[in-house]
Amino acid sequence: MASTEVKTGIHTSPEAARRLARRYRQEAFFQFMGLIAIVLALSALAWLMASIFGTGLSAFRQHEVQITASLDPELIDPERTGDPEVMRRGDYRTILQRAIYDRFPEAADDRKLRLQLMEVYSVAGGTGFLRDFVLDNPGRVGDTVTLWIPASDDVDQMLKGKFDLDVPQELRKVTDVQIAWVRELQASGELRASFNKILFLNTDSRDPELAGVAAAVVGSFYALLVTFVLSFPMGVAAAIYLEEFAPKNRFTDFIEVNINNLAAVPSIVFGLLGLAVFLNFFGLPRSAPLVGGMVLALMTLPTIIIATRASLKAVPPSIREGALGVGASKLQSIYHHVLPLAMPGILTGTIIGMAQALGETAPLLMIGMVAFVTQIPESITTPASALPVQVFLWSDSPERAWEERTSAAIIILLGFLTLMNLVAVLLRSRFERRW
Amino acid sequence: MKIKTLILASVAAAAFAAPAMARDEIRIVGSSTVYPFSTKVAQEFEAKTGIKVVVESTGSGGGHKLFCAGVGTAHPDITNSSRRQKKSELETCAKNGVTDVVEVKVGFDGIVIANARSAPDLELSLEEVYRAFAQDIPAGDGSGDKCQFVPNPNTKWTDIRADLPDVKIEAYGPPPTSGTRDAFVEIAMEGGAEKVPCMKALKSADSKAFEAAARTLREDGAWIDAGENDSAIVQTLVRTPSAVGVFGFSFLDQNADKIKGATIDGVDPEFESIASGDYPVSRSLYFYIKKQHVGVVPGIQEYAVEFMSDGAAGPDGYLPPIGLIPLPPAELEQYQDVVKNMTTYSQ
Repeated sequence: MASTEVKTGIHTSPEAARRLARRYRQEAFFQFMGLIAIVLALSALAWLMASIFGTGLSAFRQHEVQITASLDPELIDPERTGDPEVMRRGDYRTILQRAIYDRFPEAADDRKLRLQLMEVYSVAGGTGFLRDFVLDNPGRVGDTVTLWIPASDDVDQMLKGKFDLDVPQELRKVTDVQIAWVRELQASGELRASFNKILFLNTDSRDPELAGVAAAVVGSFYALLVTFVLSFPMGVAAAIYLEEFAPKNRFTDFIEVNINNLAAVPSIVFGLLGLAVFLNFFGLPRSAPLVGGMVLALMTLPTIIIATRASLKAVPPSIREGALGVGASKLQSIYHHVLPLAMPGILTGTIIGMAQALGETAPLLMIGMVAFVTQIPESITTPASALPVQVFLWSDSPERAWEERTSAAIIILLGFLTLMNLVAVLLRSRFERRW
Repeated sequence: MKIKTLILASVAAAAFAAPAMARDEIRIVGSSTVYPFSTKVAQEFEAKTGIKVVVESTGSGGGHKLFCAGVGTAHPDITNSSRRQKKSELETCAKNGVTDVVEVKVGFDGIVIANARSAPDLELSLEEVYRAFAQDIPAGDGSGDKCQFVPNPNTKWTDIRADLPDVKIEAYGPPPTSGTRDAFVEIAMEGGAEKVPCMKALKSADSKAFEAAARTLREDGAWIDAGENDSAIVQTLVRTPSAVGVFGFSFLDQNADKIKGATIDGVDPEFESIASGDYPVSRSLYFYIKKQHVGVVPGIQEYAVEFMSDGAAGPDGYLPPIGLIPLPPAELEQYQDVVKNMTTYSQ
């Protein structure tokens, strides 16, 4: 009798109830801590996003000013040659100055006022827009034309409320008289805010109001193309060999450990390797997407090998055995059956590896892709920049307008990353087979 | 099938990567301080001539290293520098066959000590700057011929001079890799140290020991290496009004509604005072041309002429509005002649 009492007592005694309560408390505590961890991580992400979008979104709108300029042939093409090379060298600065002084004749006589007036407009933008207009419409030389040109970066920032206007005017980038002109232009409809196409279509520029990410996007694209062409076939082939053919021995174990370690090597190390091997030893061109892509390929290779091996492992042995059973060779069983079934996993791993490569800056700095390039690169050997490097360069420029443009470039980069990850998720959910 | 094509393509990509081909764009490397001016000129030059210019921001030291590595299209044509080329660098150049180098001085840059607008004004002398930021300073007033070094005891500005603000000394400045840091320790710290009698004696007795003592910044937390990014330092100052920051003049100029510069020896850091040389902490900016590339890579001389033209580096040109402090007229004319005649220099 005594023994049965003891047995039930284990679960019913007050002591047992306390133990039980303690276990429940521990579980609740663990769940609570997990929840806190998630909330902290999410709020850090939300904070980051809020700060980037908070500063960056305003860069997607830009203020423009209207000018009415007389395209004086004497200044553009005095000999009336009609030659684009002559027209390219025309004196567009003077044309712009005349147009602006005509609009505000009261400022034209005073040197100080004149200088301030020119600062309302983007001088580099105005001359560039006029030049492009003439080169596109050589027949219009001699006419008076109306064009929208960007406002200067300081006026743009002032209208977006980024300056403290309460301080004395000599401490700000826009003076009281400039503000008065801006208000006058606004009232007459000659100053408007519109979508900032320049940010997407232009290449890098020293003037924030003319800077865009086009060259960097194309540079990143070329680099990623090289990365893909090099790392995907090599990575998949290496994984197939290691997974399907290689004998299991100490040597292959050693290789496996090393591949896993390689995936954890800091990217700057690959950059130094690229500098020493690709540039200094093989003499490949500096700042070229080709070399950038090769360095990023080294970095992506282990990710692809690991993902491919995992996907190959997930294909059931019965598929291989079935193929071998009807007389396929080992290579045929892999190429006709195993690889197609593993493909969604392989592609997912590859895209995630490529997305990582897209966001990488450090190795590109080492091989000179941190370059000011004003033309969209035509091939993988022409000098180029890359998106994350563009962010880095803009963040270190003094003018205030770079702050929002840096954030805008980050938003664009995040957009591409999200897109790539979305494709990876889609591929997985669409084509993944479960056994 | 697809995989086979990809493998073929990758082999092809590796094969056509032929070494060092002729190039039709000008390659420029070097200082991140000269980078904004160099890129502005590149942009204007390209618009006028259609010749491509690629500017890379590698830092002054990195630039000289690349520049002096050899002659040929694999090496850059021009390097920007926020300090004068060192003798050792010119010797490396000569050793690698870069024998004809043209030195061009483009203008000046001031280094400012700034704090938030809401903070009290700082009026410092060079010696006080030295006493605030040096790791070890001479005990007492440093009179006599022999310095007794003590770890810097000044924790508040008032420890240095009673009428300075009663706040902790806390400075955010550039790290040792930066050219701005080099210039700051050379001009401000050494300049300040020379004002102390015993340090002056040390300089004439043992200039190496003097340099080591004057150039070493505090490591007890009063000086904080804030990274190469000067905009980040400006934002830190706005958030931390008790702190001061050390950076290039153009960042003060662009953010004058948020921060203000300390006067040094009674001179405000302003455009005019730096141009005239009254403001003591200013440095010259340069670029160096590899003369052997002129005529091989098209446009090098024309780029240099554009840079030094009155319309660019001149007082009314497009560079001063973005922060370049122009050369005095006589010196500007001198360097306009240098780029016109491609006069090489030696040290």
